[in-house]
Amino acid sequence: MALLEVKDLEVNYGVIRAIRGISFDVNEGEIVTLIGANGAGKSTTMQSVVGLIPKNNGTVTFDGKDISHTPCHKIVHLGMTQVPEGRRIFQELTVYENLLMGAFSMKDKSGFKNDIESVYTRFPRLAERKNQIAGTLSGGEQQMLAMGRALMSHPKLLMLDEPSMGLSPLLVDQVFEIIKDINKDGTTILLVEQNAGKSLAISDRAYVLENGNIVLSGTGAELMASDTVKEAYLGG
Amino acid sequence: MELFLSVLINSLSLGGRYAMIALGYTMVYGIAKMLNFAHGDIIMVGAYAIYVFIAFTNPILAIILSVITCLLFGVVIERIAYRPLRGASPLAVLITAIGVSYLLQSIALIVFKSDSKMVDVFDFGVMKFLGVTVELHTIVTLVIAIVVMTALTLFVKTTRTGRAMIAVSEDRGAAQLMGINVNKIITITFAIGSSLAALASLSFLLSSNPVSPTLGAMPGIKAFTAAVIGGIGSIPGAMLGGLLLGFVECIATKITVIAPYTDAIEFAILIIILLVRPTGFLGKKRREKV
Repeated sequence: MALLEVKDLEVNYGVIRAIRGISFDVNEGEIVTLIGANGAGKSTTMQSVVGLIPKNNGTVTFDGKDISHTPCHKIVHLGMTQVPEGRRIFQELTVYENLLMGAFSMKDKSGFKNDIESVYTRFPRLAERKNQIAGTLSGGEQQMLAMGRALMSHPKLLMLDEPSMGLSPLLVDQVFEIIKDINKDGTTILLVEQNAGKSLAISDRAYVLENGNIVLSGTGAELMASDTVKEAYLGG
Repeated sequence: MELFLSVLINSLSLGGRYAMIALGYTMVYGIAKMLNFAHGDIIMVGAYAIYVFIAFTNPILAIILSVITCLLFGVVIERIAYRPLRGASPLAVLITAIGVSYLLQSIALIVFKSDSKMVDVFDFGVMKFLGVTVELHTIVTLVIAIVVMTALTLFVKTTRTGRAMIAVSEDRGAAQLMGINVNKIITITFAIGSSLAALASLSFLLSSNPVSPTLGAMPGIKAFTAAVIGGIGSIPGAMLGGLLLGFVECIATKITVIAPYTDAIEFAILIIILLVRPTGFLGKKRREKV
């Protein structure tokens, strides 16, 4: 059974139809990627699935529950969260306080110590800088913090919106390694990326989004071999 | 020396009163991203509430009931007037807030008529302190303000709800992704701000201010000025701005030549400070998000 099922999703920005009735699903344990050019509607899709922007039509089912009209904060409590585009960490709080905010939805506080330790183990830089104001971290560290913060809520499904954006090539590789690692530890991943090559390489399946429509889908390997994808997203 | 001490105590007391009101403006601005121009009128609601309740019960209970009344007014106003406009243009929200302000004043005018009412809550009398005659109600206001500001600071820094308030004020979307119910946080913010306004109204009554439908209008605008001087959105900023305004007002009224121009001087100081520091003393530059 699909963990996340999106059916005929439509999202309008004013009079502009940004998402024109797309359907896709993510199975438990998978890494699924939406690739597409700038403005194809990737971030809009992500934000409307998690309830940050309203859907005009369509249904979203998560873990067997219809969440089409559920507000974002309740969706997070159900076990889905997102590392938003541009990281959006709390700049004025310390690294530790950011992680504390990440655990906001956890009813059971007893696991907090373990959770924060496992984040520090996964991201040793965050442990070194736990008392530093988050706004003073480097871009790579902020991305680590955004991922660590999201993991604090024990998501069944973690959505990552452009996690490699603005990072040096070395850090990009590291981010994709970490995503693979998080997935191996049992978290299902829905990824949005402009870096099609790297994301397809770690994906079980992927969808190609163009002008608010899904134009192609398949396994990561299939799409990497597809001429359309090669031409448009992998630089020929 | 005596003059200095008397001015100091009165300034701190008046400043504490302004700070309590300014906190309501600054918290609502920081968290709900709106200027609640009706906030000053909540002071008036609180004063009339004490006026009504004190006829039936003892002063302490009347004060508590007044705080509850203001809290309910704040929460209900947010729910019916502001929440439907979430996501609307800031101008629409601002105009609505001005409308709510006039609505509250007009209702008070209809219910209580235009004549001023005197309310005796407590008469604390005066005390000699280091050769200075101090009106004790100023000390009471000061103590209330210090307790309230300390409690609020601790609340925001150490509680789960307080941290959620910081998160919402910094990034509403990211806060939702943490599982924070933004509407609930905004409701709590209005409840706290309005309760503080009730305590400010008590301070007005203690200093024998008569109650009228426009009681909250001028103090509201001045406290808003204090919030802007301190840096709107900043809690310590509102406290600092309130105290500063208290000193300016107290000193200005003590100097006979400039006393009639006290209000003008206060607003002039606002303009000068904003020219030098557009974000106020402790305000932060808003990072424009792409």
